[in-house]
Amino acid sequence: MTGPLLSVRALRVEFATRKGPLTALDGVSFDIGRGEVLGVVGESGAGKSLTGLAIIGLLDPPGRIAGGEIRLEGERIDNLPPARMRDIRGGRIGVIFQDPLTSLNPLMRIGDQLAETIQAHKAIGRRQAREQALAWLREVGIPSPEKRIDGYPHEFSGGMRQRVVIALALCAEPKLVIADEPTTALDVSVQAQIIALIKNLTRRHRAAVMLITHDMGVIAETADRVAVMYAGRIAEIGEVRELIRDPLHPYTQGLMAAIPTLDIRADRLAQIPGAMPRLSAIPRGCAFAPRCPQVFERCAERPPLIAVGDRGAACWLHESAPAAADARN
Amino acid sequence: MKSADAIVEVRGLSRTFDVSAPWVSRLINREPRRTLTAVDALDFAIYRGETFGLVGESGSGKSTLARMVVGLIEPSRGRVIIDGVNLAETRDRAARRAVRRRMQMIFQDPFASLNPRWRAGRIIAEPIRAFGAQDPGASGRGKRAVVARVEELLGLVGLDPADARKFPHEFSGGQRQRIAIARAIAAHPDFIVCDEPTSALDVSIQAQILNLMRDLQQRLGLTYLLITHNLAVVRFMATRVGVMYLGRLIEIGETDALFARPRHPYTRMLLDAVPDLTMSGRPRIAIGGEPPNPIDPPPGCPFHPRCPQAIAICKSERPLFRDNVACHLAAADGSRT
Repeated sequence: MTGPLLSVRALRVEFATRKGPLTALDGVSFDIGRGEVLGVVGESGAGKSLTGLAIIGLLDPPGRIAGGEIRLEGERIDNLPPARMRDIRGGRIGVIFQDPLTSLNPLMRIGDQLAETIQAHKAIGRRQAREQALAWLREVGIPSPEKRIDGYPHEFSGGMRQRVVIALALCAEPKLVIADEPTTALDVSVQAQIIALIKNLTRRHRAAVMLITHDMGVIAETADRVAVMYAGRIAEIGEVRELIRDPLHPYTQGLMAAIPTLDIRADRLAQIPGAMPRLSAIPRGCAFAPRCPQVFERCAERPPLIAVGDRGAACWLHESAPAAADARN
Repeated sequence: MKSADAIVEVRGLSRTFDVSAPWVSRLINREPRRTLTAVDALDFAIYRGETFGLVGESGSGKSTLARMVVGLIEPSRGRVIIDGVNLAETRDRAARRAVRRRMQMIFQDPFASLNPRWRAGRIIAEPIRAFGAQDPGASGRGKRAVVARVEELLGLVGLDPADARKFPHEFSGGQRQRIAIARAIAAHPDFIVCDEPTSALDVSIQAQILNLMRDLQQRLGLTYLLITHNLAVVRFMATRVGVMYLGRLIEIGETDALFARPRHPYTRMLLDAVPDLTMSGRPRIAIGGEPPNPIDPPPGCPFHPRCPQAIAICKSERPLFRDNVACHLAAADGSRT
């Protein structure tokens, strides 16, 4: 098979409300290649977590997929019955959430949770599953795993719990791991360890990662490509270094300039005026236009993702740019 | 620096919390009482017009310290002296009130720190009424002067005078933090304690709020105590920085110097842990481990179990805070100051 591992096309997610449907994701399209780390950044409400939830079929009603399709290794997974989706979740797609406590059963020993997950997706016996669980605990860096395997989640620190969750996400050897803000709840010093762990383990096990975060620094350290989301749409997508060095979309440019850094001491931070629109008030045309310093007449119409080299930006400023190749998404 | 410049002086400040189990369980399990030392014998000063940044991970005691500085919780030992007045000891009500007016606090969560049933105008007017701090220039006291002052404050923080009639839920997170700032500056304070003021905000909004805080500092001559875990924010805002670990100050320095040449291994580790956005490929040391439980801190230097440079003395003897750093290695290396 040569196609992308995951392919999302024109994904549309709506929430039914008394005042009619609210569109939370609108025309989101991207691919994730085998073993690739795709970072998804955006501010709160941009739709990055919803995109992840839609892929793993965990949208809470009244949210629903209202259009588009999601394919995993060529097979459509956006319209599967819940039982089939459960097999894929945890099996072919592993999930890491922000708060490790929500992913762990507080009443179950962590070794049993791991073994259960392994047995759910692999035809092996109990003893073998426990051995593998132990091996995973060792691999994610839990000290003296022989003792800790029979511990309960509350007996672990935040960082250690997130390590257990990573073991849980990877133990069925998934092709894709969706990590939603995996380090946001952790201290800085622990954060760096967890990022390194996710990066190394997924590489060793050849799993692709969709890394959802609001932290551009985490993306810079981890991702191969980045998708920048704004108001339920992808504003820009491309290779991580190029995107950070030379952002194409005015929103990405504003975002990058607004981040204080350790290296340079600025007198003022660049700021984007205003705030992201609410879902009920997304402007016609380009959603960023009201805040955009480079807005012009064309922006009254909604820009598609325009290819610029092998990157893409949903911005009319790049309309005339030489389209050397199709954007990889 | 002379202590005459100091607006806040903290001397030997400690705070312990009783975290014992209920006495019946203690009796059954033959456990002693247990205490947690959240803040342990701190000494430092904040000088007029500066921003003193305080960084540390969760459990380092930075928020407990902030609450003691503004008088929200009482110290177990030691003193906080604000402009020569020790709030905890002064019996003179007028003097206490005068000091109280001159310091304010901005909290992390703008959703929790504003009364949802009050309109923005009333929220901002509360300290004006409480301290009778209408603008001296305004003609007459009473309602009209308060309304005028509220409108002026809304303008100062970049909101519209008409916003005074709205309720907190009608504002975005960034706008709410602007209201909290307007309330904090309403009674003409000199000193504001800002506890993680932008941690709950998105980066583009964070930039707006940080710029606003700096503008107001220059315009109104404010002094800030800025508490945050975000080192880039401290780098942008602070004149001097204090680093806390497990209730102790382990290093203090001018911001530029501290970021360029961290002296304590923990400070170096914190700086190295920040994801590298510019991808400059600067060399970094990875350090394992997690902050220990403050109920049961390690003996000697509290950082020694995680410190790559720890030597024998670090395990047994607590380093003194000397020459702005609490580290046996820095003490041995006297050439660096």
